[in-house]
Amino acid sequence: MAAPSRWAAPPRPAWEDEPSKAGLAGKGIVLVGACLGVLFPLWIVVVTSLSTKQTITEAGGLVMIPKGITFIAYQELLSGGQVTRASIVSLGVTLVGTLFSMTVSILAAYGLSRVGSVGHRWILMTFLATMFFGAGLIPTYLLVQSLGLTDTYLALILPSAISVFNILVLRGFFMGISPELIDSARIDGAGDWRILWTIVMPLSRAVIAVITLFYAVGYWSAWFNASIYLSDQDMMPLQNVMIQLVQKQEPPVGMGQAIKTGQLSALAVQMAVMTLALVPVAVLSPFVQRHFKKGMLTGAIKG
Amino acid sequence: MSHSTVPRGGSEAENQKKQRTARSAARTTAGKVIGIGKQAGTSETSGDASAGSGATGAPGPARPSGKLRLRLRLRRDRTLLLMTVPALALVLVFNYIPILGNVVAFQEYDPYVSDNGFVAIFHSPWVGLEQFQRIFEDSAFWDAVQNTLVLFSLQLLLFFPIPILLALLINSVIRPRIRAVSQAILYLPHFFSWVLVITVFQQIFGGAGIIAQTLRQHGYEGFDLMTDPGIFKFLVTAEGVWKDAGWGIIVFLAALASVSPDLYEAAAMDGAGRWRRMWHVTLPALRPVIALLLVLRVGDALTVGFEQILLQRDAVGPGAAEVLDTFVWWNGVRNQDFSYAAAAGLVKGVVSLGLVLAANKVAHLMGEQGVYKK
Repeated sequence: MAAPSRWAAPPRPAWEDEPSKAGLAGKGIVLVGACLGVLFPLWIVVVTSLSTKQTITEAGGLVMIPKGITFIAYQELLSGGQVTRASIVSLGVTLVGTLFSMTVSILAAYGLSRVGSVGHRWILMTFLATMFFGAGLIPTYLLVQSLGLTDTYLALILPSAISVFNILVLRGFFMGISPELIDSARIDGAGDWRILWTIVMPLSRAVIAVITLFYAVGYWSAWFNASIYLSDQDMMPLQNVMIQLVQKQEPPVGMGQAIKTGQLSALAVQMAVMTLALVPVAVLSPFVQRHFKKGMLTGAIKG
Repeated sequence: MSHSTVPRGGSEAENQKKQRTARSAARTTAGKVIGIGKQAGTSETSGDASAGSGATGAPGPARPSGKLRLRLRLRRDRTLLLMTVPALALVLVFNYIPILGNVVAFQEYDPYVSDNGFVAIFHSPWVGLEQFQRIFEDSAFWDAVQNTLVLFSLQLLLFFPIPILLALLINSVIRPRIRAVSQAILYLPHFFSWVLVITVFQQIFGGAGIIAQTLRQHGYEGFDLMTDPGIFKFLVTAEGVWKDAGWGIIVFLAALASVSPDLYEAAAMDGAGRWRRMWHVTLPALRPVIALLLVLRVGDALTVGFEQILLQRDAVGPGAAEVLDTFVWWNGVRNQDFSYAAAAGLVKGVVSLGLVLAANKVAHLMGEQGVYKK
């Protein structure tokens, strides 16, 4: 297997002195401590969500060491009802929103990727200026209301559909593609749509994966717009339901009885809701992380 | 020199050229310093060449007048322009039009004057600066300002250095797998929602959290850090560190990776030890990035985590958890006092813009690049 060799240390350059034992140990402790600080809370949440009511009662609350695994909390949550609906809403908004945001952003990034095209400077300035000021919560709120977007899912997508930062990252990457390649395609008769679809996008898979993750995480995590633009509780996405059930400790709609009488622990249900919100992100982001290449994101910060 | 005077129209160019030739001829005949005459002569020939290429250059006789050129360029770039339209429309509608909506700060906005919230602006009475006067006399506003500034300073002091230290630490690890795995773990919380971060903290530090629970089992008294107004500012900072410190290292690691190993080797040859190499090679390499991030942070000083704090406002109470952004939210969205809230938001926006520009100025004065170039 190749794995052991990748764990091994590459040789140090000749001029570098070997680190001291104490220094190595100190570094190890800090690094392991930082990683545990991230992982331990997540471990507790996931383990408790999988524990039986008996285990939770024995532990006096949150469970650190798993003793038998049960999926009863998930079965209850996902067999219809409030959390099922909220999960579907969140998934739907995330999928549709991400597709929309990516389409608009890639088009804009490509449209601005050729320096010297008509209006290039002005359009770029129009985008950049929005990074320096915000219009403010109240005027935006009034506008979204008067556009008739309240109580529709469009209110969760349109107002925050594009991030200028993401467009700049994409644009920076598109501009790095060799112009000879694009010119030769143009000489062969390809138009801009075709160049974008068959040359630029396949060459930019890495950056597109990263920006897609950014947008998707943004939509999945959003709760504020739903809290001010939606009034129907049945329309709420998962994050807003999580605020009610976990942060404010309200019993889930339709499950109060099962918790009071059955073997279902209210705590396990809460932790299961958190795990539902956590899992997609925790599973997806490591796949995309290979693409966080150095400089890819920093390039956009400096105009 | 001569390039800046590349002629715009053909006939104009001819005239200019003639004039210049005449002038330089006059100069040489006048017997002034010959060097200048020679210079003028060469610049004239180069000007001549560019004018020639302009007239007979590759895209044909493309520059008879400015209008036609623009039309040609428009035809060439129309697809590119079309592609920016959707994004441009979104930015105009959701970023620029609301700026105009800030006029409600100078009104006594009445949402019931019209069915449409934005149309109601045109029917609401003007009150001038009355809203601003009210704000500056409102002690709740000044409390929010104070909370905002306290949180900002704490975040700057406690949060800002941690990613730098973590990046230095990870950079000194040479095993690639350990680097990759620890980065993957440290990045993770950045992608969690604030709701998740706060509920996770609740499970650790809350009244029913794991620490209080363990303490109680061993006969001590439990505690609830999540509802304690006194330590709320530290709680907010800690949540920020947990969520974003790992993500913050990405920029510093990129800067560290771009340092040439030759520099370290040369320093080592000159007898610099581990710490002196860090002080004289590593830190100077990080300086521009640190300056840039500091500028960005200071420019954004009045924004201290709106969603994060709003989520905890109920639990801790407005005394400790009211910052400028939540003040605007409370007065506008909750109390429907739109003009008052918009005025507070406008004050914040204007001060923030000033801060960004000032921070950039300072960065330029220090010889750093800042957010935009001079």
